[in-house]
Amino acid sequence: MTEPIIRFDKVNKWYGNDFHVLRDIDLSVAKGERIVICGPSGSGKSTLIRCINRLEEHQQGHLTVDGIELTDDIKAIDQVRKNVGMVFQQFNLFPHLTVLENLTLSPMWVGKIPKKEAEEKAMAQLERVRIAEQAHKYPLQLSGGQQQRVAIARALCLKPKIMLFDEPTSALDPEMIKEVLDVMVEMANQGITMICVTHEMGFAKAVADRVIFMDQGQIVEQNTPEEFFNNPQNERSRDFLSKILGH
Amino acid sequence: MTTSQTFTPIAARPSPTATSGWVHWLRQNLFSSAGNTATTLFLLALAIYLIPGVLEWGLFQAVFAPNAEACQAARGTGACWGVVSEKYRLILLGRYPFEEHWRPVVATSLMVGGLVLSCMRAFWKPWLVLMWVAILAVFFTLMSGGVLGLSDVRTDLWGGLPLTIMLATLSIFMAFPLAILVALGRRSNLPAIRAVCVTYIELVRGVPLISVLFMASFMFPLFMPQGMSIDVLVRVVVGITLFAAAYMAEIVRGGLQAIPKGQLEAADTLGLSYWQTQRKIVMPQALAMVVPSMMNNFISIFKDTSLVTIVSLYELTGALSLALNSDVEWRPFKIEAYFFITLVYFLFCFAMSRYSLWVEKQLSASKAR
Repeated sequence: MTEPIIRFDKVNKWYGNDFHVLRDIDLSVAKGERIVICGPSGSGKSTLIRCINRLEEHQQGHLTVDGIELTDDIKAIDQVRKNVGMVFQQFNLFPHLTVLENLTLSPMWVGKIPKKEAEEKAMAQLERVRIAEQAHKYPLQLSGGQQQRVAIARALCLKPKIMLFDEPTSALDPEMIKEVLDVMVEMANQGITMICVTHEMGFAKAVADRVIFMDQGQIVEQNTPEEFFNNPQNERSRDFLSKILGH
Repeated sequence: MTTSQTFTPIAARPSPTATSGWVHWLRQNLFSSAGNTATTLFLLALAIYLIPGVLEWGLFQAVFAPNAEACQAARGTGACWGVVSEKYRLILLGRYPFEEHWRPVVATSLMVGGLVLSCMRAFWKPWLVLMWVAILAVFFTLMSGGVLGLSDVRTDLWGGLPLTIMLATLSIFMAFPLAILVALGRRSNLPAIRAVCVTYIELVRGVPLISVLFMASFMFPLFMPQGMSIDVLVRVVVGITLFAAAYMAEIVRGGLQAIPKGQLEAADTLGLSYWQTQRKIVMPQALAMVVPSMMNNFISIFKDTSLVTIVSLYELTGALSLALNSDVEWRPFKIEAYFFITLVYFLFCFAMSRYSLWVEKQLSASKAR
């Protein structure tokens, strides 16, 4: 096996002094791997993926992303962020900029690409998420599903090697979840490394190479989707699955 | 199954009450309830009672000619607008040498013109900065003279509306960027910077503007080395700027706090640097949110410039006192002169508040659903 693109080595994190949110996380993600992380709320799933682009810092252990270890070194953090795209539950689009401006902002100011070229590339990404006709609207003029697709396109504009999704469909109305998942499935089929915190088990079954179940800051179980859903080993995963699949 | 039914047409309903036209407007806005009706009638009666007297005093019995004797004769029954026609140059331009009055008029027109252009979106281009450098250069050259054959005019002779406009414009222009920096500093992660900003804001907010002006004017020179002096005008502009910036910084901070954390996280994720994030993401949203209170502050700075009178700079209000106090003949008609400068202040402040409304409308139009 080649060198993993993300490697957690005994990573620990506390919020404040007493809340131990990540406990001895060991995790290796191969290039192109698609991982779904699930688990009850407060189990540390979001914190785990937010450590990967240093939105959260860990206090113990080593975390290496694409060959760069994450420390307080700002240059290293910037380097890692260039390669990691992220999609948030609340979309976090910039409401004062048009859809197109949301997409071209970083390529123009961080990537120093000329405006015209940035716009062409942005339009290509908008085509990809099937929303090109909305390019000149403002985010708040779009539906939740459309906004999340714009957010995905915005992350893709940076040509990331890794995409992180933090509950991308949790804030959406049910009828909009599918349009976002469709876009994500398409992306998954194009070979990008994906880590997705979600409770969409259908998505996990369809695209994930591996499902990770977390509880109380620990990785409790990890397995292929078939094994995980049909034959969960751990009592806590069984309990969790019965709750979310039981109805 | 058979049913026999007789259909009887229902009676026609009355036509709906009008929802447009002036009758409807009156009903909606002035007579919508018993309380509103009573208020409307009361105010109407009050207007009928007061307006004839006001018109009589201000218009029909008023003296418009600059004739002091006629004014004296009309005292108590009619206003003496003559005082304005007699003294307007002194009120508007203060102690500036009378025969050189064209200089402040041209300089100030230029500055007001620049302000109007700067308010229009079409002119928000990089060269606007150069235009302002040019305007300020011309303004100060014209005002102080000493070159190009213009006679030398000391800054303590500058006065009236040009001084008001210049003080307000310079203070606002310089205080605004300073306020942004101080607001950012107050939220900085670096304890030293935060402490400096908090101390500055709390110190300035703890004292009245008058004492800041006093210090700038009388105490500051005591600390200067012998033979070195900074023009009182400069000291006063710096004083007002520092004072205004502290208040503006708190307004900006209010806007900063309203920006959701997710916006900053998204900017981080996209690789934007701290200053890029502030400039492209945070400030456009934060400043848009505080437009009304910011404009409130600008207006109050404009009016607060009248306090510089106490350090012997005669801006509009000061120039009025100066023009009338020394003139026994016209002094009794100060109130009419005050009406006049009230109108001048009002025109400027009203323009500012309308502009603020326009800006708000522009900003909300871009985000509307």
